[in-house]
Amino acid sequence: MELYNGGTVSVTDIPIVKPEEFRADIVRRCRGDARLANLFGTLDADGNVRLFAVLALDADAELQIVSTKILAEHPRYESCAKDLLQAHLFEREIAEQWAIVPEGHPWLKPLRYHSNYRGVPDLWPDIATRTIPGMYPFYGVDGEEVHEVGVGPVHAGIIEPGHFRFQCHGEEILHLEIQLGYQHRGIEPLMCGKDLRRSVLLSESVAGDTSIGHSSAFCEAVESLSGCMAPPKAQTIRAVALELERIANHVGDLGGLGTDVGFLPTGAYFGRMRGDYLNLLLALTGNRFGKGLCRPGGVLFDIDERMAEDFCRKLRQYKKEFVDVSDLLFTKPSVLARFEGVGMISMKNAKNLGMVGPAGRASQLERDVRIDYASGMWQFYHVPVSLGVTGDVYARALVRRQEVLRSLEFLLKVLPTLPRGDIFTQPGPMKADSLTITMVEGWRGEIMHVGITDRQGGFARYKIKDPSFHNWFGLAMAMRNQEISDFPLCNKSFNLSYCGHDL
Amino acid sequence: MFKIIKTRFKQGYRTLPFPKGRPPVLPPRYRGRPLAGPGGSLDLGSLTFIPDDGLQYTGDYRMAVTRREDLMLKTDEKVLASALRKELLRIFGRALKLRHVSAGGCNACESDLNVLNTPVFDLSRFGIQYVASPRHADGIIVTGPVPRNMREPLLKTYEAVPQPKLVIAVGSCAISGGIFADSREVSRGLGTLVPVDLFIPGCPPHPLTILDGLLRLLGRIKK
Repeated sequence: MELYNGGTVSVTDIPIVKPEEFRADIVRRCRGDARLANLFGTLDADGNVRLFAVLALDADAELQIVSTKILAEHPRYESCAKDLLQAHLFEREIAEQWAIVPEGHPWLKPLRYHSNYRGVPDLWPDIATRTIPGMYPFYGVDGEEVHEVGVGPVHAGIIEPGHFRFQCHGEEILHLEIQLGYQHRGIEPLMCGKDLRRSVLLSESVAGDTSIGHSSAFCEAVESLSGCMAPPKAQTIRAVALELERIANHVGDLGGLGTDVGFLPTGAYFGRMRGDYLNLLLALTGNRFGKGLCRPGGVLFDIDERMAEDFCRKLRQYKKEFVDVSDLLFTKPSVLARFEGVGMISMKNAKNLGMVGPAGRASQLERDVRIDYASGMWQFYHVPVSLGVTGDVYARALVRRQEVLRSLEFLLKVLPTLPRGDIFTQPGPMKADSLTITMVEGWRGEIMHVGITDRQGGFARYKIKDPSFHNWFGLAMAMRNQEISDFPLCNKSFNLSYCGHDL
Repeated sequence: MFKIIKTRFKQGYRTLPFPKGRPPVLPPRYRGRPLAGPGGSLDLGSLTFIPDDGLQYTGDYRMAVTRREDLMLKTDEKVLASALRKELLRIFGRALKLRHVSAGGCNACESDLNVLNTPVFDLSRFGIQYVASPRHADGIIVTGPVPRNMREPLLKTYEAVPQPKLVIAVGSCAISGGIFADSREVSRGLGTLVPVDLFIPGCPPHPLTILDGLLRLLGRIKK
């Protein structure tokens, strides 16, 4: 069944096919133009689990949704991941959340270590009682001079927890396996119910550095289900905040990349400049990460003419500084020597893994929700897609630089011509037994929220997908045959979200 | 080389005089310390500082306290963090090394801890430094609601810090579980796991709130 970004359908209208057909359909379409944008389960009233797959046809701005039913008395189906790498993590998630076995899954292991949502015995009996690394059977490599390096969950820097297990031969990484789940806070079940006041706050904290991205996806979902349209000015302010968030994070990442190759001036300057953009968000929303801005029905803070002028004046200054410092970074031969050819992901691999966002674009994948699935403000303003060619650290850095400049251009164009009018309309009750999909291009890539309502019009199931979910495996692949000392640099060039993955 | 010097020259000197000089001015929409309101009993430690919770927020960024009960606002009388005992100040007062543990944080608190290392705040000029290992540290600084999967790594890190040691909780999640407090996956605040010496509320706290708290603990800000 077809659906567009921000569209709503009745759950009963979505066709239910047999599990074999479901699998065959997904695999066949993903061998063609489609990619697997989401695959998740939900508990039906009759105790069976219904699986939904969302296939994205980027060229047609179309989403295809198919579903199947897995009977409670026979909780197994044939794995898609056998033939479709993109399904690998999704199927592990389903196995963990609903205790359903994807038969023949090539690497079936828990993802976040929690007990299932169906109230039946877990597939892994001690999943919720023991702490992660001890019980985790990592992929092993045997041979002379092969050794294993384990890093995390508590890292040397100020970053989130995750465990990285390297299989090395000398300095060379043969394989990296990434085990996350330490950040699992159980967000999805908490999002359900009728009272949306807490849900919107949770959406702002899925990943604090993507507060605007996730909260606007959530608000759009509620708006779609309640048939309410946020006023044009509110949609524009959301887009402004989204771009400020993007710029702040990209600038911070470029600084981090500078630091990781030991070029400290750019690290210090970009680090400070990132704060400038966060301070603009602070001036707009009262919070440096934009928490408290987006609410279903619109936004809570207006931009008046004076603020718009002030922002433009500052942004023009910041743009000069950005160009200056990024020129310093990108013309330094010793920096380029460390960026180029490191952590390469070919376009073919990126496509097979289903990568999104700047990391995907650095490998020539022309995917950007702002263009492909334009909604809200993006229907009226097209930001060019920033593509890299080489798929290495250099390309990922360059894509970020390009996106910062294009976002600045967008802001300087939009701020002086903000629409007039209200910034908020009160949304009505949500439609019962319906499903909506909303997508937002966060700074890491495609954010997708799927909301399914129950008979009373409250959320029965809320599925969140952070772009990192697609890209973590890309990082693991990028590290193959690289020097282990290049890991921090590669990791920074992806800068994926741990909490967005762990939920 | 010439380019580096030129850019350095253009960047100028950016470090805030804080805590000296005029108090920093935050934008009017900034939500700092809320007013307790008539007969109210407000827990700063579980507050998310959102605009639509009906509270009246002030622009005061100073909120860190040394005792959990001081976060319960009954009146508008302000209680702020006090300095460490004399023996501890002698040890930590001039050089404090902290190991950060992110335990379920959404990366907002983490980011604003990192910001203190930028030239604007320049944390190291106060002798405070984040270090790479708990064995090198005088204490831990914790963000996030401590999910079940992070409990053991957190406790192990805590144990690895030599005595005497400090524990600092940053953000409402770390103090009380924050908006995740109802989840079966998280703890009900760091204080239920280890003794806490400094509570810095906020969602996330402004970098100045964190810095102010740290400096008060070290007796560098007294008023």
